[in-house]
Amino acid sequence: MSRRIVGPFNRVEGDLEVELEIEQERVKSARVSSSLFRGFEQMLQGKEPGDALVYTPRICGICSVSQSVVAARALAALQGVTPPLNGELAINLILANENVADHLTHFYLFFMPDFARETYRGEPWYPMIESRFRAQSGSAAREMLPARAQFMHLMGLMAGKWPHSLAIQPGGTTRAVEMQERARLRAILFGFRRFLETTLYGDTLENIASLNSIAALDQWIDAHDPGSSDFRRFLEVARALDLHLLGRGNDRFMSYGVYRQQGEPGFRQGLWDDAEQPLETALITEDLSHSWMVHQKSPRHPFDGITLPDADVANAYSWCKAPRLDGRVVEVGALARQQVDGQSLVRALVAESGGNVRNRVIARLLEIARVVMLMETWVMELKPGEAFCNHKPFPQVAQGYGLVEAARGSLGHWIKIKNGHILNYQIIAPTTWNFSPRDHQGQPGALELALVDAPLRPGEKDPVSVQHIVRSFDPCMVCTVH
Amino acid sequence: MADEDRQPLNLLWLQSGGCGGCSLSMLCAEGPDLFTALESAGIHILWHPSISEASGSEFIELLETIIHGEQRLDLLCLEGSVVCGPNGSGKFHRLAGTGEPMMKWLAQLAAVAGHVIAVGSCAAFGGITAAGGNPSESCGLQYDETVIGGLLGKEFLAQYDLPVINIAGCPVHPNWVTETLLQIASGELQREHLDEWGRPRNYADHLVHHGCPRNEFYEYKASAEKPSDLGCMMEHMGCLGTQAHADCNTRLWNGEGSCLRGGYACINCTAPGFEEPGHPFTETPKIAGIPVGLPTDMPKAWFVALASLAKAATPTRLKENAVADHIRVPPRRRPGSKS
Repeated sequence: MSRRIVGPFNRVEGDLEVELEIEQERVKSARVSSSLFRGFEQMLQGKEPGDALVYTPRICGICSVSQSVVAARALAALQGVTPPLNGELAINLILANENVADHLTHFYLFFMPDFARETYRGEPWYPMIESRFRAQSGSAAREMLPARAQFMHLMGLMAGKWPHSLAIQPGGTTRAVEMQERARLRAILFGFRRFLETTLYGDTLENIASLNSIAALDQWIDAHDPGSSDFRRFLEVARALDLHLLGRGNDRFMSYGVYRQQGEPGFRQGLWDDAEQPLETALITEDLSHSWMVHQKSPRHPFDGITLPDADVANAYSWCKAPRLDGRVVEVGALARQQVDGQSLVRALVAESGGNVRNRVIARLLEIARVVMLMETWVMELKPGEAFCNHKPFPQVAQGYGLVEAARGSLGHWIKIKNGHILNYQIIAPTTWNFSPRDHQGQPGALELALVDAPLRPGEKDPVSVQHIVRSFDPCMVCTVH
Repeated sequence: MADEDRQPLNLLWLQSGGCGGCSLSMLCAEGPDLFTALESAGIHILWHPSISEASGSEFIELLETIIHGEQRLDLLCLEGSVVCGPNGSGKFHRLAGTGEPMMKWLAQLAAVAGHVIAVGSCAAFGGITAAGGNPSESCGLQYDETVIGGLLGKEFLAQYDLPVINIAGCPVHPNWVTETLLQIASGELQREHLDEWGRPRNYADHLVHHGCPRNEFYEYKASAEKPSDLGCMMEHMGCLGTQAHADCNTRLWNGEGSCLRGGYACINCTAPGFEEPGHPFTETPKIAGIPVGLPTDMPKAWFVALASLAKAATPTRLKENAVADHIRVPPRRRPGSKS
């Protein structure tokens, strides 16, 4: 048996280190370490509640709007305010813009370039992947970046800028959309749809979103040449490398639900544990037993959470806390979201092979099609001339929380205020769930579990299978520790 | 330097106490896109955390070859603050895979770099990461907020004789960075092109107020009172656009945006210490009803006199539109006039 430390991982947001125990050319166990601490929860103590809208988006440059939306929700719970219909639609559009752009960034810039590494040069599919996805020189990123930048003109129009907007408020958004602007939003979405249909899918969004079984997916793959779209290119590699056998988690999936409209979420909230179950957020706790934090007697619900760093505490190996749902590990992300929501193809894939590298990526790409179609309907429902924002003052004493789905999974903020100022502010980010260290029962986090059994190729220092598994979660390390 | 002697400039981009948002903002570069802009300047990316292939040991080997002088480093970009805590140990950010504090790596790399560039307000001054009592003990590369020093010290000059170039902003506009890099690559950027905080004057000699679509409301002191109102946000909503050094309303973000066009206040994110304004960000502090922060270069008596005169003359159209979220009263044609 041997040990090795792998890191830093690039093409993830932020800094990550993984310690591997290797036996017979396979990973026997893994310890995942988040190596940067900044202390946002401490910074927020004593601030005016509204200032959370400035600070929390700056936790993360890639989930900035998600942080905004969830902070605004937590503050709305304090105020007892709800946005008007236009406000809800505008928030959904801005959030969807970020989430879809993040999925694209992940697929084209972070995930696919690993298949263009030298180690795969002998594979029959290599020339197709190398010319398309090689980091910096591949043709795909050069097509994706301009399409992504134009898609994000929606952000310029509705949120002023990205990242780090202040447009999202507890009662709606600060930027009313006029009739001619709504027309332009439609044109922006049309342009983006064209990119997706031509380049990513080689098919219509409707056809992608309605893939409903493994047989339908196989038929779709075989209908055209693998080189006909980027999704097919990925599926070709996934077949050749058996990516459905790589990076299996524990198959318990959580989603907070997202894209709420008049009380109904666009994607449902829930827990999947062999079957769909209701989600009890009161059962969420954070365990500090393996974190560089001053330890506490038992794991606490985030309303009562404490964040006090201690770099010298025994048995610790990460700045990340270990969130658990009813004491157990869950996986979050696009796969979890689509599984909980009941998307038929995702349900079939999970039933067949669980959470794994291939299924996480398929779910993300399917979700792009579903969300862009939703965006098109939301734009049409905007009513120029009607209100975008409601207003209420903050009380002196209150507590509240907000939940949302960022691109990479479930994000929650829990806030308590006293004398009109923040008494406690606790954040649990998607990758806090996925990349947590062990807890006091010794249960490994979702990635730690998914890395077990990862195979090594001969002579590898930084195993490429580990790279695929890590990136399949689309981790955001700056959110993780915050 | 003559053109024929010019070699490609090697760029290394590192991240420490920050959010990665400046890199993400860079990916929004348009006209041209980021890759094309860098290629046009002959900039070769040795490594960037979001776009390079190399990971783990390959990356650490690269850092070592640079420090040992085997690989020339022309442009060292840092995004995020220098993390010095706890108690000056730097353990709050150890570079993954090395066990060593990032601040040590940064000091070693800065010593051999042609130019050292702080991308964003965290790397320049400490920024948001230094807010709220600064739990991570963060500072900038050559400033600790408004105090010169930081990690590298007051006297630091990089190999090509400039101090740290502070492309401040939270985040940076992509073109602030690409244009500065292009100017460096063509040999044009000199000491006199940096302002008192080391910020490139190409964007920092402007004020956010320039080109603000709310200028007519400003002129008549027709003020917004709540989020989503169309009026000027200086009087009540905490807007610092008349004082903030940046060209956000003439250059625009994500096609056609800016903070003010998005309906919310400028929080002066290019300035050292912006993260602790001493009052809620979106409320204007006042003494005797007069905003404490006056527009840059404007004498107080002049401002007070103009403001009271302007308020007395505010047209109904601006009064009503200032507190609405869309135009309620359109401009009217003067009787007998064509416009």
